[in-house]
Amino acid sequence: MHELSLCQNLMDQVNDLARKHGARSVSSVKVQIGQLAGVEPLLLESAFTIARAGTIAEQAEMITEVVAPLVFCNACGKQSEVTPSNLLCLACGGNDTRLIRGDELILARVELVVDEDPQTH
Amino acid sequence: MCDTCGCNITDGNRHLLTPPKGRSSLGNSPAKILNNLLLHNDQQADLNRAIFDSKGVLTINLMSSPGSGKTALLEATIRQLNGSLKIAVIEGDLETENDADRIRALGVQAHQITTGTACHLDAHLVEKALDHLNLDELDVLFIENVGNLVCPASFDLGHHRNVALLSVTEGDDKPAKYPVMFRAADLMLISKTDILPYLPEFSPDRAEGCLRNLASKAPALRLSSKSGEGLEAWIAWLHSELKSYRNARQQHETVKPNVQPEGRMLHRAEPEIRFVPVKKSA
Ligand SMILES: Nc1nc2c(ncn2[C@@H]2O[C@H](COP(=O)(O)OP(=O)(O)OP(=O)(O)O)[C@@H](O)[C@H]2O)c(=O)[nH]1
Ligand SMILES: [Mg+2]
Ligand SMILES: [Zn+2]
Repeated sequence: MHELSLCQNLMDQVNDLARKHGARSVSSVKVQIGQLAGVEPLLLESAFTIARAGTIAEQAEMITEVVAPLVFCNACGKQSEVTPSNLLCLACGGNDTRLIRGDELILARVELVVDEDPQTH
Repeated sequence: MCDTCGCNITDGNRHLLTPPKGRSSLGNSPAKILNNLLLHNDQQADLNRAIFDSKGVLTINLMSSPGSGKTALLEATIRQLNGSLKIAVIEGDLETENDADRIRALGVQAHQITTGTACHLDAHLVEKALDHLNLDELDVLFIENVGNLVCPASFDLGHHRNVALLSVTEGDDKPAKYPVMFRAADLMLISKTDILPYLPEFSPDRAEGCLRNLASKAPALRLSSKSGEGLEAWIAWLHSELKSYRNARQQHETVKPNVQPEGRMLHRAEPEIRFVPVKKSA
């Protein structure tokens, strides 16, 4: 979907962090993408190569981790890791489930290149 | 698809993409999540919803693939209602005024949003459209989203209910293939049932089964805007939604689609930071 605009916002956040820590550059950016987030990892990666240009993260690599949906069953109280097209409880087969993971997009980790003897971060 | 088609940037939100240097337009909170753009959208959506609520207008977002029969459904609905509910329509399309013209031809207020390259509506576009509509004394406002089974699901417009159409020519496994969209539906309409006799491979039961597998409790109705078959159940659903909406308004509450795109809001933890020290260059 809106991978380019998401990436531009991602770059804002990464650039803020890099500035705050006095980084020279950013070497990697790791994002977690829920399978129900409506975000296509490959598109996000290609959008990233556009969005990083001319920023402190110009050399950064993007690492994407796809996160499968996790549902909580209101009937039996069990959690199950499921697939995007089948969100039923694996324990009891019930459909009274709540999605507790899998529709999110998270900036999980940023790797910053800093001077060897930096001031306290 | 959209990093090439540019669907992410619309006339409504373009200004958000160029925040003043060094500042994101939402401030510089370190905990801010990736999707500021969607957060901006959500803020505008809440404002839109407040406008609808101040007028007591139940607002319904219609979503489907291109050509599933959204406009035809609205035309049939207008005929069937025969003035018993006062409605207006916002039409979203990439180009042309055709759909709004079709609605106006039936004597109903309609405003066309042409999105250019953007394959979904967003809350800012809807807000602009509201300048062109008179919401006074309206019962229901329909927003026909751009035909697309992917992008519209991610954008709250401030509406109260999501309706997803699935026409019988599209295949009965669409809810499994587009879970983000169909999971968000408060009602699924299996449309164009008049041509089911020619499509033995389409099973409405299987389509509904795919919806149930998404843990959705939304009703799945079958109808044909052409033959009129099944329209009564759809109109009854409208009336019952209008009734619950009015009850909610009496308690000064509002109604939101059953599935909110809120997962993205849940995880606002700060990212882990790793440092890679290098020798200071002279
Ligand atoms: N047989 C049959 N054809 C239908 C029915 N509803 C719509 N159609 C036809 O399907 C085509 C598309 O219908 P529209 O109502 O324009 O579809 P739409 O979803 O509004 O399309 P976009 O706005 O372009 O996404 C038209 O040729 C309609 O005549 C129906 O119930 N039965
Ligand atoms: Mg249409
Ligand atoms: Zn269970």
